[in-house]
Amino acid sequence: MKPKFVIGGAVIVLALAYMIWAGVTQSAVYFVTPSELSAAPVDGKAYRLGGLVERGTLHWNPGTLDLTFSVSDGKTSVPVRHRGAPPDLFGEGRGAVVEGRWTGEGYFKATQILAKHSEEYKAPHDSTDARSRGLLKTLERGER
Amino acid sequence: MIPEVGTGALLVALILAVYGAAAAAVGGRRGRPALVESAQHAALGVFALLTAAVLLLVYAFLRFDFSVRYVATNTNLGTPFYYRITALWGALEGSIVLWAWMLSIYTLLVIVRHRTSARQLYPWVLTVMLSVVAFFLVVMTVPAPVFARLTPVPADGRGLNPLLEDSGMITHPVALYLGFTGFTVPFAFAVAALVTGRVGDFWITTTRRWTIVAWYFLSLGLLIGGWWSYHVLGWGGYWAWDPVENAAFMPWLTGTALLHSVMIQERRRMLRLWNIALVMLTFSLTLFGTFLTRSGVIASVHAFTQGSIGVFFLTFLSLVVLVALALIAWRWDALGAQGELDSVVSRESAFLLNNVLLVAATFTVFFGTVFPLLSEAVRGVKVSVGAPFFNQVNVPLFLSLIFLMGVGPLIAWRRASLENLRRNFLGPVVIGVAAAALFRLLGVGSILAVTTLALTVFVVATIGVDLVRATRARRRLGERALPALGHLLLRHNRRYGGFVIHLAILVVAVGVTGSQAWSVHTETTLKRGEATELAGYRIRFDGLRESQESNHGKVTGTFTVVGGHGAGAVLEPAKKFYPQEQSPIAYVDYRLGLVDDLYLVLGDFASDGSHATVKFQVNRMVSWIWIGGLVLTLGTVLAVLPERRKAA
Repeated sequence: MKPKFVIGGAVIVLALAYMIWAGVTQSAVYFVTPSELSAAPVDGKAYRLGGLVERGTLHWNPGTLDLTFSVSDGKTSVPVRHRGAPPDLFGEGRGAVVEGRWTGEGYFKATQILAKHSEEYKAPHDSTDARSRGLLKTLERGER
Repeated sequence: MIPEVGTGALLVALILAVYGAAAAAVGGRRGRPALVESAQHAALGVFALLTAAVLLLVYAFLRFDFSVRYVATNTNLGTPFYYRITALWGALEGSIVLWAWMLSIYTLLVIVRHRTSARQLYPWVLTVMLSVVAFFLVVMTVPAPVFARLTPVPADGRGLNPLLEDSGMITHPVALYLGFTGFTVPFAFAVAALVTGRVGDFWITTTRRWTIVAWYFLSLGLLIGGWWSYHVLGWGGYWAWDPVENAAFMPWLTGTALLHSVMIQERRRMLRLWNIALVMLTFSLTLFGTFLTRSGVIASVHAFTQGSIGVFFLTFLSLVVLVALALIAWRWDALGAQGELDSVVSRESAFLLNNVLLVAATFTVFFGTVFPLLSEAVRGVKVSVGAPFFNQVNVPLFLSLIFLMGVGPLIAWRRASLENLRRNFLGPVVIGVAAAALFRLLGVGSILAVTTLALTVFVVATIGVDLVRATRARRRLGERALPALGHLLLRHNRRYGGFVIHLAILVVAVGVTGSQAWSVHTETTLKRGEATELAGYRIRFDGLRESQESNHGKVTGTFTVVGGHGAGAVLEPAKKFYPQEQSPIAYVDYRLGLVDDLYLVLGDFASDGSHATVKFQVNRMVSWIWIGGLVLTLGTVLAVLPERRKAA
């Protein structure tokens, strides 16, 4: 191998390593449960918040497109605000993963809602502890 | 009755596949043609039995035989006719059947084509192909039994996943699986070459067409998948860097690398080891993709999650990788380089760089896809990287690849002189730079869009330079311009097929660039009779109506385009209510155009029809992506036609 090619290869590998490192640091999204988020919220950090949409908290105003609800893991619940109609499969007592940022004003500003439906939590009326644990497991695994 | 007959057929097929694989290996090793012939018969038997199994399953679907659990979970009495057939591959078990069946078809084609032409390699090729079929048959018998019986037999089935009731689902899986399974052929030849020690160039020239065909179907599968995502999922996008999309994209990237590196081996006898490794990698990635999709390790929109099947795939994948590595190590000395790179400025270098970039892209996609697993294992936190990561890292790589697409086919072999560079590239570079300036003047704001479009123009110009020059040469021999061009395309069909495929990729790239840079969207609630405007389109909400379809209820919104382009058109996005689902599913309506797509998704609505929330998108140039698929088809046909060059 001629030195030129070795140097060229090294440059490519280094550039790629840098791009990956920069890409990861800039676009990493942390998956948190409501309890984890409440314990140590960081303003402006990108999160994916997973849990159940708490009953009685869902409000949708078609005129202003404001959607508010709370996401709960059975212990803690976090208020979420979103702009836009509730997506398919989204509803009270169901699982959801909300992507967005924590604001300093005490609520989570959602940019995207990923409603989940899985065989593991077919019966939305029964949200016992075991069931919501199983749900959280699915939510953590599911990225989209 | 059907469950027992089907299970029996698959069991016999499994026995035949195992026997055939062993017989071909022994026959190849001891030089006993009778045994190889017997293996051939076994392969035919496997094909016949798998075909029978597929037909039996279709029959069960058409007859609504709910004693087959797979039928009961994937159709109900309301499922329309076509989707009763496509329900065959609507879920995990059936998709494995489809996979194995296609593999058996490829095996049959290999027998027809290479029985006599590749004598030494042939028995081992048969062994490998039948072993892979056998693996899928094992999957069908143990962890995912498609013919499992359901007792008691229910009166009605559960029904197909409503998102799969779409024409895209008829073709997407078929194309994708033809691509995935197609890469088994070059893999089988590579293993045969290593086993027999015939690691020369024969195996790779023999498999070139197979690789193109597999690559083509994989490309088509990806594009149709994008189309399905675009017009069914209702988010207005076609690619989300979802783990499952990535799983299919990775073998596409390495397959693309392979198509190029093969040419270097043919011409310069270089990259033997690299090519073997690429074939192995591509095949392993198709298995890895299946593993990701089927195991539920990383869940995603299209994942079928199911228990133990992941273990089977992981075991088989490990086995394949180990065998591949062992074979490569065994033949290490024979795989040494024959030629050397002479200069950095040469066609070899351009192709090598293309390969390095494609493998780098594969690595970044792989890294991003498994990143959540890695970060959880290493740091204990659940972190994922989404579309921004993939775009940020891959865009520079893809832009470099587009640039190389212009350079590679024209630059001189071995060492390009300054004269060669000037003659080929001065014109295209000037045109490309001028195009960049023009796009800026026309008000294209995004630097990324300007760069991509200018590079595209540059590549098109290099293709133009080549065509003009070659046509002129023929005209000097007295031919007219148009016939000269025609002869050129047909006589050098492999080269020009390649060019057409490059053009197809460019058309797709322009579509992706345009849609990313210029698409606009809004979401709003409209009262009946009220209108809203976006990007020159004005739409009015005219009310809702309810209807009952064969297997679901439907609420349809009527929106009329008033004023602006396309005035008078009526769009009817809807919400479908399937009894087997917990909540309604959006049904998108759209008007496709060469420049603009009008795209409406019905959100929430008042049940009295007084108002409705609607997502209103004007997506730009998305159609180019689908047009690219058509051009790709043309180019592939041209590239795989037999070469007529010698006759000229």
